[in-house]
Amino acid sequence: MAESDNDLVTMEGIAKSFPGVQALEDVDFILKRGEIHALVGENGAGKSTLIKVLTGVERQDAGTIQYEGKGVTIKSPQHAQELGISTVYQEVNLCPNLTVAENILIGREPRKYGGVDWKSMNAQARQILEGLDIHIDVTQTLGSYPVAIQQMAAIARALEISSARLLILDEPTSSLDAHETDKLFEVMRKLKSVGVAIIFITHFIDQIYEIADRITVLRNGKLVGTYETASLPRLELIAKMIGRNLAELDDMVKIKLESSKHIRQTLLKADGLGHSGSIEPFDLELRAGEVVGLAGLLGSGRTELAGLLFGVDKPDQGSITVNGKLVRHHSPLGSISRGVALCPEDRKAEGIVDELTVRENIILAMQANRGWFKYLSMQEQYDIANRYIKLLNIATPSADQPVKNLSGGNQQKVILARWLATNPQVLILDEPTRGIDVGTKAEIQKLVLDLAEEGKACVFISSELEEVLRTSHRIVVLRDREKVTEFSGEVDEHKIMQAMAGSGS
Amino acid sequence: MTPSKPSFKWRKVTESKLFFPFVALAFILLFDLIFVPGFFNFSTRDGHLFGSLIDILRNGTTVMLLGLGMTLVLATGGVDLSVGAVMAISASVAAILMNPVIIGVKLPPDLMKFINDPNFTYAPLWEVILVTLIVAIICGLWNGILVAYARIQPMVATLILMIAGRGIAQLITNGVRIQIFYDPYAFIGNGWLVLPFPLYIVAFVFAVAWLLTRKTSIGLFIESVGVNFRSSFFSGINEKRIKLIAYTFCGFCAGVAGLVASSNIRTSDANNIGMNYELDAILAVVIGGTLMSGGRFSLLASLIGALVIQATTTSMYAIGVPANAVLAIKGLVVIFVILLYSEQVRGFIRRITPQKEA
Repeated sequence: MAESDNDLVTMEGIAKSFPGVQALEDVDFILKRGEIHALVGENGAGKSTLIKVLTGVERQDAGTIQYEGKGVTIKSPQHAQELGISTVYQEVNLCPNLTVAENILIGREPRKYGGVDWKSMNAQARQILEGLDIHIDVTQTLGSYPVAIQQMAAIARALEISSARLLILDEPTSSLDAHETDKLFEVMRKLKSVGVAIIFITHFIDQIYEIADRITVLRNGKLVGTYETASLPRLELIAKMIGRNLAELDDMVKIKLESSKHIRQTLLKADGLGHSGSIEPFDLELRAGEVVGLAGLLGSGRTELAGLLFGVDKPDQGSITVNGKLVRHHSPLGSISRGVALCPEDRKAEGIVDELTVRENIILAMQANRGWFKYLSMQEQYDIANRYIKLLNIATPSADQPVKNLSGGNQQKVILARWLATNPQVLILDEPTRGIDVGTKAEIQKLVLDLAEEGKACVFISSELEEVLRTSHRIVVLRDREKVTEFSGEVDEHKIMQAMAGSGS
Repeated sequence: MTPSKPSFKWRKVTESKLFFPFVALAFILLFDLIFVPGFFNFSTRDGHLFGSLIDILRNGTTVMLLGLGMTLVLATGGVDLSVGAVMAISASVAAILMNPVIIGVKLPPDLMKFINDPNFTYAPLWEVILVTLIVAIICGLWNGILVAYARIQPMVATLILMIAGRGIAQLITNGVRIQIFYDPYAFIGNGWLVLPFPLYIVAFVFAVAWLLTRKTSIGLFIESVGVNFRSSFFSGINEKRIKLIAYTFCGFCAGVAGLVASSNIRTSDANNIGMNYELDAILAVVIGGTLMSGGRFSLLASLIGALVIQATTTSMYAIGVPANAVLAIKGLVVIFVILLYSEQVRGFIRRITPQKEA
């Protein structure tokens, strides 16, 4: 195969596995000089692993990397920098209490008489930033500037360190507003024009179409394909990201149609509920016996919406009524006592308490609701734990096993059990099937429908559209932190994807 | 497939939280058995027990008391550096209540002449104890509010009172070391009812702590908050209130320790009472197997941890090691115990303990 002179990086057959997970499997990736290349995929698709391999943080198990036509083994992040590969991470990792100039040039400050030559250092920093069309006072502390400027300073530093030929931007826009994003894009175009190749990771579809020349889509650690942005319609991109599988109409659909007859009164109602910066005001009604699916890409505001309903974040506008009563006190504990439960997205950080036993994890929320002094007796605790271990088929040697020893799927079931034990009327499930095996996935989907059948109102959030379609009676679509539309009854998959993709499809 | 019950039980023993503190204690006592003749002798006087072992128990009471409170604080993932200073504050409060002349309170002349009498106190004993403990609890509340509600890092938040506390204690007594003549108060730290009286106080505080944490859900919530406070918050646990109660209880324990210590030496010595005791208390809890990062805790193991520290000190004095060198040897014991907790050593012990499964 003749290497095109235009290729900066050629990765072939990259594979990487971590204990229990095949993070990357036979992935090819080609980056041309002076292009902006979007790398997209839902959580767990393998984007970050691929970047880690490219920047020397992780070593691939198999596959080869060619950089500027020569085969290389990237040994460490330092080595990657020497090669001219620079990375700017999602969170700005600079020092906010140092000046902008110090942040850009720290470690390479110009010296005079054995000390730092502040004058020329500031001049140099100003010059670098002006090269990016940014005109600010570089002697101010970095923290006094908006995030966008901080982000630019991070980029300036990244470029300065290695006279970079390849710049990796990991979700640089997730904390920027529209104007700031435009500014960033200007800088990216400028860099492109001088021949720097950029890998751009983002969840915002609009931005991909605005700036990227080509797109590489990953899903579940596998390469879906690399496409010219101009020749890939939005809809198709989304279909590729979420893995449409025009599902074999299984019995789930039958159960669903059957159960849709049982939808009854409204349990929870949100009016103009919103939280500036995380989700635009929205209206939502949850009815007994109904499963409402939230569809939307990562970062579309699904998790924020769930958090608002449950009281993790306090809304700054709008109201929630549960069972006709206006909610005044927004907190998880208040929600639990009102019969609202949230099974959070991040199982490890927000779900399990890993040192505690399965029993303790299951009774935790129920006990929190009972308070300090109505402590469940050991007998009651074991009864409850064993009942749910049986009901949900939790694979554990005993109720006294620390929950950290369980597999991901079983940990998820333990958390489900924790919430079912509180006997909620409204159950919000944020990505309950992420990272767990197919069999357990199906079990959980079925469980959700069963719970609805019992008269609970369920909210089902998932990155996999197919899964949302299978389990939900009604589907709410979110895009860019805004509720865009709602579908019920016979749902056309295409319309949902159109709504997720937004304008111009 | 012969069921090997004994070995299974042995395994359970080695995995228990109490195992390592007990092993450490046993090593020290073994040392005493060999090198200190008469260490295990008991004598009775007036029906009370005396002996080196009793001395260990008696001298260990303050650290045991502090260790109980510190256990809960460490379990939430925090630390309380102010306990020594709170002891000093308590001692000053108690002393000033019994003898307020020092700060210029005028007594009627007929009372004045009793001021050095062992049966005289200005405020009745129950009032002295109650007010002192309330002051100590307020100190704990202050720490708890700073940590839980103002979200200051525990080490910094409690450092404030650690530094300011001795100053406050001095202010209370006007910078004077007040001698305590009142005999019933001296009984708190020096009395004997077969065993030294402070041991009964430890038993009482231990019982309170145990009931508080194991018969209500507070213990579970403390552990949950210590392991993962975000998950705990999502589960509806009021993490702030849990931290508040842990620090408050720690303040209470420091108050009791302050009463015992000042009664022992019969003065309120704001400069020396409880000096460096916060470190011993933390050490006792760590030897007891509670992690500084929070999570699972055992009150009983912390008590044993306190005894390990005290037994080391007493044994060293018994074989005539000079006071200065005792600290260095204490360091060695700590290294030994902490090594026992390391994963490598645990793995080694797992390998050598008989295991006949499947």
